[in-house]
Amino acid sequence: MAGIVGYGAFVPRNRITSEEIARQWGKDPATIRRGLMLEEKSVPGLDEDTITISVEAGRAALARAGIDPQLVGALYIGSESHPYAVKPSGTVVAEALGIGPSVHVADFEFACKAGTEAMFVALSVVESGRAKFAMGIGADTSQGAPNDALEFSASAGGAAYLFGQDHLLVDVVDTYSFTSDTPDFWRREGEFYPRHGGRFTGEPAYFKHVTSATRAILDRTGFKPGDFRYVVFHMPNGKFPLAAGKQMGFKPEQLETGWVVNTMGNTYSGSSPTGLAAILDVADPDDLILITSFGSGAGSDSFVLRATALLPERRGRAPTVRSMLDGRRTYLTYGEYAKYREKILVND
Amino acid sequence: MRDVAIVGVGMTPFGELWESSLRDLFVDAASLALRDAGADHLDAIYVGNMAGGQLVGQEHLGPLMADQLGMRGVPSTRVESACASGGAALRAAFFEVASGASDLVLASGVEKMNDGADVTGVLATAADQEAEVYHGITFPGLYAMIARAHMAAHGTTLEDLAAVSVKNHRHGALNPKAQFKQEVTAEQVMASSMVADPLRLLHCSPVSDGAAAVLLCPLDRAAEFCDKPVKIRASGMATSAMALADRHDPAFLDAVHLAGNRAFDMGKVGPRDIDVAEVHDCFAIAELCVLEALCFTERGLAGEATRAGETTLGGRIPINTSGGLKSKGHPVGATGVAQVIEIVEQLRGEAGARQVKDAVVGLTQNMGGSGASAVVHIFERV
Repeated sequence: MAGIVGYGAFVPRNRITSEEIARQWGKDPATIRRGLMLEEKSVPGLDEDTITISVEAGRAALARAGIDPQLVGALYIGSESHPYAVKPSGTVVAEALGIGPSVHVADFEFACKAGTEAMFVALSVVESGRAKFAMGIGADTSQGAPNDALEFSASAGGAAYLFGQDHLLVDVVDTYSFTSDTPDFWRREGEFYPRHGGRFTGEPAYFKHVTSATRAILDRTGFKPGDFRYVVFHMPNGKFPLAAGKQMGFKPEQLETGWVVNTMGNTYSGSSPTGLAAILDVADPDDLILITSFGSGAGSDSFVLRATALLPERRGRAPTVRSMLDGRRTYLTYGEYAKYREKILVND
Repeated sequence: MRDVAIVGVGMTPFGELWESSLRDLFVDAASLALRDAGADHLDAIYVGNMAGGQLVGQEHLGPLMADQLGMRGVPSTRVESACASGGAALRAAFFEVASGASDLVLASGVEKMNDGADVTGVLATAADQEAEVYHGITFPGLYAMIARAHMAAHGTTLEDLAAVSVKNHRHGALNPKAQFKQEVTAEQVMASSMVADPLRLLHCSPVSDGAAAVLLCPLDRAAEFCDKPVKIRASGMATSAMALADRHDPAFLDAVHLAGNRAFDMGKVGPRDIDVAEVHDCFAIAELCVLEALCFTERGLAGEATRAGETTLGGRIPINTSGGLKSKGHPVGATGVAQVIEIVEQLRGEAGARQVKDAVVGLTQNMGGSGASAVVHIFERV
């Protein structure tokens, strides 16, 4: 049986508060905090991007697995902010992690679910026996247009999952994907920022796909909501995952550990994978865990996972998600944020 | 003129109906109205619609909707008077039947607002572009200025405005077709997000999809279609200055007053004869202004009357038992016809938990823009 042999996450140190963004645009911070349930979000430094975040998360995954990087036969990175439109992120990450050149590498894009997509394919490669180990990463330095509601959420971070056949930290019990042509959010080639369909991104997009995928995997596995110790759904804001959980009969205490969005923001392809990493940081052996991602366009991937006895032994080998969220942070003004996110245009 | 009756009604639920297009909404509502009356043909169709062209890129709704309904060949016209399009469509249908030109006429309204358009911008095209919109104002801003003027002239308070929303949500919670079937408290209203000072989110009607249709025929043929026909006793319409700044008193909706007086004169009734009314509460302040313009309360006292419960179910004159635009939803072109359906159900005694006891005479008031066009109809149980 294939499963997770190593995992790691990375969240940059810079932060901007919802209050600071609201102040810039003359919006009411209390309304934002209440409406989106967002306090602050991570911001990439000038030298941080999807590649550097992937390398940090990948290193942590390798450390927890304790394997020779040369044994990794496949590496997939899901992101909607690959630094290059043409030229893979994966080649740089593989090289930096000491993986390859005997390795299959690809960059994935599926809005916010490219990360779980990379995980799904990495798992499949290991299950098929084509590679002993395969890594799937979700990482983003998400874009949100100035003065768009997305600006309060779009943040930076990611998580890496290394799959193998033995010495599993987490068993993969089952997976399920639910996909339809639902154009709720998009960014065309050459555009700076994504566009979205406003409230269309909610009920017919996020909620339909998250609840459909989750209900289907519950059906397939025969588990009930109450069987899970921890649950994480994609976190475009604070409210949606809690509302989706409530709709399906999950309790707030099942969701709270993976619900890192209120201080991390939405790391897009890294969102639910980072929430899962926060869960693995504390889960006990035999805990049943559910993750359902969501990517606009649209689709959701669900995984039912079970922690093994090895998980508590290995997790100390790399930093926890909470240590990065609650640890040393640097708060930016909107002006600094605009500079860091290269929103200020200058001549060459 | 012949007496005219409503013999069939049909409407979709109101809300964010992502699975339904503009034509789907119309066909659903129109089919329900035809089925309600057991009618299998039509002599004419009027389609009330404000902004199909801007919201979903579809104009020329007359033939489109007739065809989609399976009524290809039937005369069919789209009627537009901004948010009063539905009321104006009913008025056109009423006169067509009253004149003797046609017997079976469908008056409908439809709007598909949730399809990606910039709705606030589209709605603003119903204000005066040159005098108002080019300078940056949109409808929440215009109604906020009406609210400020009303507060200054009459001492109307934030609590008065909140009372309108609380009352309409209480009614809407009883309406299975309503977009928001939940109650709200005055505290929730006054703590909701600021939209245009002093109007907050819960003072404002939502963006909605929906359609409504009613079938009209001569009163003397009504028994062929329906056991409980409702007679259209009067129709009044009026216009005022498009731009709020050009009105004599921005806190007084003079077109509503004039349309109401015309309907009262035609129907030979007065405000005191009305048992139940649906009015155009696109913003909480609008309901207060309309109550005063229709003389349901004295000038400046609508807020007090609302807080005293006079306009709630069981009160002196129940207003917006459907939940109003605020709670039921406001698909702009459909609103005027949906108001009529609520009154028909009240006069038929079929309003369920929202039923006003012994309702005999009902009124609908629908308006466009900041009150530049207004349509008032009076109905009677027969």
